[in-house]
Formats: sequence, structure tokens, C-alpha cells
Amino acid sequence: MSIQVNNLTHIYSEGMPHQSLALENVTFTARDGQFVGIIGHTGSGKSTLVQHLNGLLKPKSGSIVVGGVDITQPGVVMRDIRRRIGLVFQYPEYQLFEETVEKDVAFGPANLELDESEIQNRVKEAIQLVGLDYEEIRGHSPFELSGGQKRRVAIAGVIAMKPEVLILDEPTAGLDPKAHQDVLDMIRKVHVHEKNITFLVSHNMDDIARLADWVLVMDSGRLVMQGRPEEIFSQEEALDSIGLALPEPARLMNMAKKQGLPFQGSFLTVEDAEEALYGFLKRDRDLRI
Amino acid sequence: MAEMIDIQDLVFEYTRDENQEPVSAIKGVSLKVEKGSFTAVIGRNGSGKSTLAKNINALLLPSRGAVYVNGYDTRQEENVWDVRQSAAMVFQNPDNQIVSSIVEDDVAFGPENLGVESKEIRTRVDSSLKAVNMWQYRKKAPHLLSGGQKQRIAIAGAIAMRPECIVFDEPTAMLDPKGRSEVMGIIKELHEDGITVLLITHFMEEAAQADRIVIMDQGEIALDGTPQEVFRQAEAIRDMNLDVPLTVELGYRLRDRGLSVPDTIMNMEEMVEFLCQYK
Repeated sequence: MSIQVNNLTHIYSEGMPHQSLALENVTFTARDGQFVGIIGHTGSGKSTLVQHLNGLLKPKSGSIVVGGVDITQPGVVMRDIRRRIGLVFQYPEYQLFEETVEKDVAFGPANLELDESEIQNRVKEAIQLVGLDYEEIRGHSPFELSGGQKRRVAIAGVIAMKPEVLILDEPTAGLDPKAHQDVLDMIRKVHVHEKNITFLVSHNMDDIARLADWVLVMDSGRLVMQGRPEEIFSQEEALDSIGLALPEPARLMNMAKKQGLPFQGSFLTVEDAEEALYGFLKRDRDLRI
Repeated sequence: MAEMIDIQDLVFEYTRDENQEPVSAIKGVSLKVEKGSFTAVIGRNGSGKSTLAKNINALLLPSRGAVYVNGYDTRQEENVWDVRQSAAMVFQNPDNQIVSSIVEDDVAFGPENLGVESKEIRTRVDSSLKAVNMWQYRKKAPHLLSGGQKQRIAIAGAIAMRPECIVFDEPTAMLDPKGRSEVMGIIKELHEDGITVLLITHFMEEAAQADRIVIMDQGEIALDGTPQEVFRQAEAIRDMNLDVPLTVELGYRLRDRGLSVPDTIMNMEEMVEFLCQYK
């Protein structure tokens, strides 16, 4: 399976005085098993782009070919598209509505007209995949859970549809550091387990650097850079000019390089920075305890 | 009096539905915040930190105990305006706190409600917008601005009330990196200008910039001290679902490997300065 986006262009409020070009000639390809990070400042077109990927928005021009089918063409059955491409919105817990966790997660698969036992299996599997105890939590009201748990339940509802493409728009906004880490670990686990294509939209460069194997950089509706994280995050000035930053370890090490310290590399993770600092400082006898 | 905020044995309870026992979101918190200080409040989701903030602004009132803001008891109904003028509040989502379709009207909304005369409102709106570097946008429509810009408008709206204190409830949670650094820059400037700042945040790097960090956990104060004192207790912090800033984490890891890296390093500048001694 692959997704090919070709020359995608979208105009908001076309023909109105405040019409604006939301996407301009966006072209990229994502393949099975790929984890794609999407970064860009607020209003750069990230959310508009992902809403096209599951057919919520129709482009002005261009195509989106998912597994050989151009989903922008008339006559495409949207239910088939959404079965294959799951989108988790920002603050998805606001969309929880059922009496119990189990019913809420079952809502999507039930709409796929699967048989009852298959729905049961999927619900159980999805709840376990997001790291919750199925037996314990199934009968709870989703509204009495903590913020992190609610978000997991909401994500489970999308995973239970077994989408081949899973899109997550800022899935950790507003979570505390532990819940943030847990939700990311869970997303990675689901990605490995389901071997889906995952798109992660995030303002957190550290998360993108750790998880993504391909990064799309949006600015003013255009795809201005794409590449592996180490390529993207080696371009501090270009990122800075479009309102983005480096992951924290890379920022620290760049700051040190500018002071003439001899560090080489891209330092995407805390471990990378730790190794470099250890190598540098251990030369000094006075520092050894 | 030297205290901007004086919280005495605050208990805050609420009932989920009528037939249930009340739940305590805050279980006996006492906290004094000095005028002109910069305090960060951190804690896991559901730890009670936002409830605490809303008690400071009289959006919520104590079930037991008391909250004094600039000497005003929040329990007295006639004090509500004095409380809110003394301690303004800025929330997480800028879209929920902007009321007008033009930036300068939005900033004028607070002082208008305080009955400030129109000439004075003009002065306040201009100076507030300049303070957040948004004066050139005064005639624009807020919905056309970026998240960071909108949040700065919300802050200008708070400043225009001329409060002595501003309580920020996760003001950067929804912003991109540039928006976050813009808003943090403004918060630090306000503090330098003498405004008492209470910053609730999930970002440890932001908390490290305060003079004092208060950690809330399960409705109580779990730790309270300077960033150095608080972040020294990494294990306790992780047990409370929190984290330490990157440079503090690196310090731990390097000390674990037998290097005497000082545990006072709280930010990148200090780490680089330390490294430069060994060039």
C-alpha cells in the first residue's frame, strides 16, 4: 500500500474577498510501514493537508492515490476511504459520547457492518493496544477517566477500524509529561503491530525526531522540505525562518558548537547528546568522581 | 502587605452528580506568593493545579479555608471585581477568550467593564498592545492571527486591566515552537516590569525559568522550592508523572557515569557555559 499525493492544491473561501491558498502543489509519497512526521507553524496547512488524506476536504486540483484509487475522483465511496484511513483529531476525547468505553470503541467497527464477534475482538484488541486493561475499563463511563486515559480510548476507537493509514493531529497536546510519553509509546507500538502508514502532526520537534522516519515540513500551504529527520533537523536556519525549532538536544549542541566546542552530528535524542558530552568531558581528569 | 496571594488551608470539593460523595480536588493547600515573584505550578493532569488557579481568580470559591488576593477575601461577593482586577487570568486556548472582531476592541473589553473612562482606555490599549509587540496589528481581525499572536492579544487584554498579578493557565499548550517562545518572552518581560506571575505549565523548560516551582499532586503541594531544589529530586518528580528539563536530565546521566557535573545547571545557556570551561 502507498499514498501518492500529486500537486495537491486547496483554496479556502474561493471567490470570496478573503479567499486564501491553503495548499499549493503539495506532492509526496508515503509507503507501507512508514512513520511520517508533519511539522509547520500554526496555519501552515498541516491540518488542511491531513483532512484531504481521508477525504474530509476536496482539493481544487491534484490527486491523492491511496492503494491505486484516486480518492479525489467523483464516485469514490467515502465509507471505503474512511475505513482505510483513520484520522484522530486534536483533543479527540471531546468526541467520546457513549455510556461505556466498550460501546464507544465499538461505534466505528459497528458502522463497518462487521459481524458481532469480529467487533468484539477488535474492541478488545484496540483497548489492549492503547495500553488499557480491557476487563477493568470496558464498563466504565469514558467521562470518569483521566485526561490521558480518555485520549487513549478515543484513539482506540479509530484503531478498532483497523485503518491502513493512521493520521494523528497533535495527539499529545495538553497531556502531562508521563501521559505524553505513554501516548507516544502507544502510537509507536500500534504502528509496529499494525504495520500501517502513520502520519503524526506535531509541534513537538523532539517527538518527531524520535519517532518519524520521514518528515514533511509545511509553510504557507507549501511543502518546503521533506527528508529523513537527521537531514531536516540539520537545517536550523531554514527551520527558524519558518517559525520552527530544532529538537532540544540538537538546540543545545548547536549552541555549544557556536561557542567553538568540537561537536559533530545531528543529536536528535537525549542519548545522542549524552554520548557526545560524555566523550568530551571524560578527557578531563578533574571531572572524574 | 508583601503577599500578592495568600492561600490558607484551601479545600475545594465538587460533586459529580447529586447522589455521590463530594470529590476533593484540593485537599488543604496553604501557599503564599510574594509580590513581584515568578512562580511556576506544575503537576500531572488532574493534580488540582487548574482548580487552584481558578480559586485565585474567584472563578471557583473555597469549600473550606480561604484565598486572599492582594488582601481581598475571594469569599466576599463584593470583592470579586477587586480580586479579578488584582489577578487577571490567561487561559490555554486563545480562541476561547477573544470576544471582539478587532484586536484593539478586544483589548479594551476588560477596562470597559471596569468602567475606565474612554481616554484612559485608549492609553491602556495602546500601551498593552505595545507591551506584547502587537500594536501594529491593532486594527486586524483576531481570527487572522497566528496562535502565538492571539495568545499575546489575550495577554494584552489582561494587562489592560492593570493587574498586579497575572495567572497563566497553560498559555503555550496549543502553540507552535515560535508561538511558545514569543509568549514565554512576554511573560518574562512582564515579570521584569514588576508583575507577579503565576505560570501553570506542562513544559519543564518553562518552569525552570521561574524563581520558584510548586508541584501539585493529588490535590496537595508535593514539592516547593527553587528550580534547583525541585529538579534535584528527579525520582520524586518522575513518580508524579512529571519530568525534568533536558539539561537537568543530561546532568543526571553524566553524574551517573562518574563525571562531576554540577546539579545547579538548569538551562542550555548554563550548560554551554559549563562546557566552555573544558574547551
